[in-house]
Amino acid sequence: MNKPRVVIIGIGNEFGGDDAVGLVVARKLKRSTLDRVAICEENGEGTALIELWRSADLAILIDAAYSGADPGKIYRFEAHVRPIPTEFFRRSTHAFGVPEAIELARTLKRLPKRIVVYGIEGERFGAAIGLSRAVETAAQEVVNRVLRDCEKASRSETRTEGHTLNPQSEKTWVRCLSVLTWGLTKTSL
Amino acid sequence: MARSRTIDVDALTRVEGEGALHVRIRGSSVLDAKLSIYEPPRFFEAFLRGRHFTEASDITARICGICPVAYQMSATHAMENACAVRVNGPLRALRRLIYCGEWIESHALHVYMLHAPDFLGYDSAIHMARDEPQIVQRGLQLKKTGNELVAFLGGREIHPVNVRVGGFYSVPSKPELMLIGEKLKRAREIAQETLRWVKRFTFPDFEQDYEFVALRHQEEYPFNEGRLVSNKGLDIAVDQYDGNFTEEQVPHSNALHSRIEKRGSYVTGPLARYNLNFDKLSRSAQEAALEAGLERTCRNPFKSIIVRCVEILYACDEALRIIEEYEAPTQSAVPVLPRAATGYGCTEAPRGILYHRYRIDEKGKILDAKIVPPTSQNQSTIEKDLKHFVEENITLPNEKLTWQCEQLIRNYDPCISCATHFLRLHIERE
Repeated sequence: MNKPRVVIIGIGNEFGGDDAVGLVVARKLKRSTLDRVAICEENGEGTALIELWRSADLAILIDAAYSGADPGKIYRFEAHVRPIPTEFFRRSTHAFGVPEAIELARTLKRLPKRIVVYGIEGERFGAAIGLSRAVETAAQEVVNRVLRDCEKASRSETRTEGHTLNPQSEKTWVRCLSVLTWGLTKTSL
Repeated sequence: MARSRTIDVDALTRVEGEGALHVRIRGSSVLDAKLSIYEPPRFFEAFLRGRHFTEASDITARICGICPVAYQMSATHAMENACAVRVNGPLRALRRLIYCGEWIESHALHVYMLHAPDFLGYDSAIHMARDEPQIVQRGLQLKKTGNELVAFLGGREIHPVNVRVGGFYSVPSKPELMLIGEKLKRAREIAQETLRWVKRFTFPDFEQDYEFVALRHQEEYPFNEGRLVSNKGLDIAVDQYDGNFTEEQVPHSNALHSRIEKRGSYVTGPLARYNLNFDKLSRSAQEAALEAGLERTCRNPFKSIIVRCVEILYACDEALRIIEEYEAPTQSAVPVLPRAATGYGCTEAPRGILYHRYRIDEKGKILDAKIVPPTSQNQSTIEKDLKHFVEENITLPNEKLTWQCEQLIRNYDPCISCATHFLRLHIERE
């Protein structure tokens, strides 16, 4: 199997109202055919994220933001260039969340070459199922933007030489697929 | 006039979730120490009503991303209790094995990323990593092994999908388990290195007369089964929990405070397990604990970080033992047919006892649910600890006192995600 060059990680809690938006974006992206792109759903625990993007050239993270802006506002951060604002992601229920994971990885030299973080401003974060309307609309826009990011990554890849397989990246790909397989198996029982 | 101070920490860091703490001091007296938690309480209990009894483990697992296995275990045991089913043999062993994975990953995260920085004077694990990258990498490796064990048995490391009422959807073969056993051998070495590192920390001299509450089993250090016992005479079956523990609303918090009937606050978690079950640890874990400076009992909550390291080592030992003795079962699960009943389950999450109670009808529909996480059970004790600690250290400058108050809260590795969703820390000095 070819090494995935892009890892997309949708982050959130599907019982947390708009906190599920990262998961929703990831699920929408899974409907597309993307070559050598791994798509994962995670709850935002930072040390797990560091493992997921290992050996990827580009990691794209999507998470709910809480900055006080209008619901549905989309943020895009190039986190390989500079730290992302931690106050935007304070709603994480994990002590070691996305901003901390990125900074720890930077310190340990375990960031991918490029890491892009999309934040979608949420409206309601209490216990609930389903996105608010503005966030649902923004989610689709982020899907489109991520697809463009992947296309650009793919075009830039065709201009470089081929790469040897990396077992770690293959494990990431296999793990993301295995999650999908377990889910499908469970549904069919 | 006595000088007044208020310690105010606006946002407690390095805990799971967010929380608020208010400490008011006047002169040499602590007027008040309150842990305030703001969260719409108990929505998961409401979510569960009307769902099928087989769904409880998957739904409750989403309360927390650090201890989903604990929720799945408490839920499945409670449902099996309601349906008068008992899981034994290799399936029971696999449940202990996946719990080993969760203890390893949860304790490793807490020791390395959340609590060790306090003892070493770092603001965060990121700051610690700048000076000690190899140590932090070691912690990440240890956590990764715990996650891999959970993912291997559970289908994925976060919100495992392979656990079900009656057992699992799929079980591994012996050769498959032997492969992960190799990683656990390295994790065991790292666990020993971690103990050698942590035992050199400086620990504040602070002991309290706690009532420790934990499961106790006749033969093993507890994960899934046992009676609820304490060091002050409690000895009950799990289904007697509601008759012995009460919850009460406090004005400053949306998370309920638990108390032992007619006695008051108590402690659950690693320190409680250690004090009540030292004799059930593996020989190597017992020796390592004593060599690290612990005695067979410990009442200093700051030394809970050493106890977590001992439990990581024990989990590695236990996991390797289970893998060595494993024979694949012929079925991945035993049949569980619903009946109208109430079921009770209590298992040892990394942070302490996690109690579930469900009432289901004859078709298996959940009629009501009660979930009591360990962090909410420890809240009263956290407040008392803060009050007593501040009283004993009142002459410390504000900055140092605030630091140690936060360090004290992290002794309990509070998972506010479980107890609540948000917690902001405010310590006010009047």
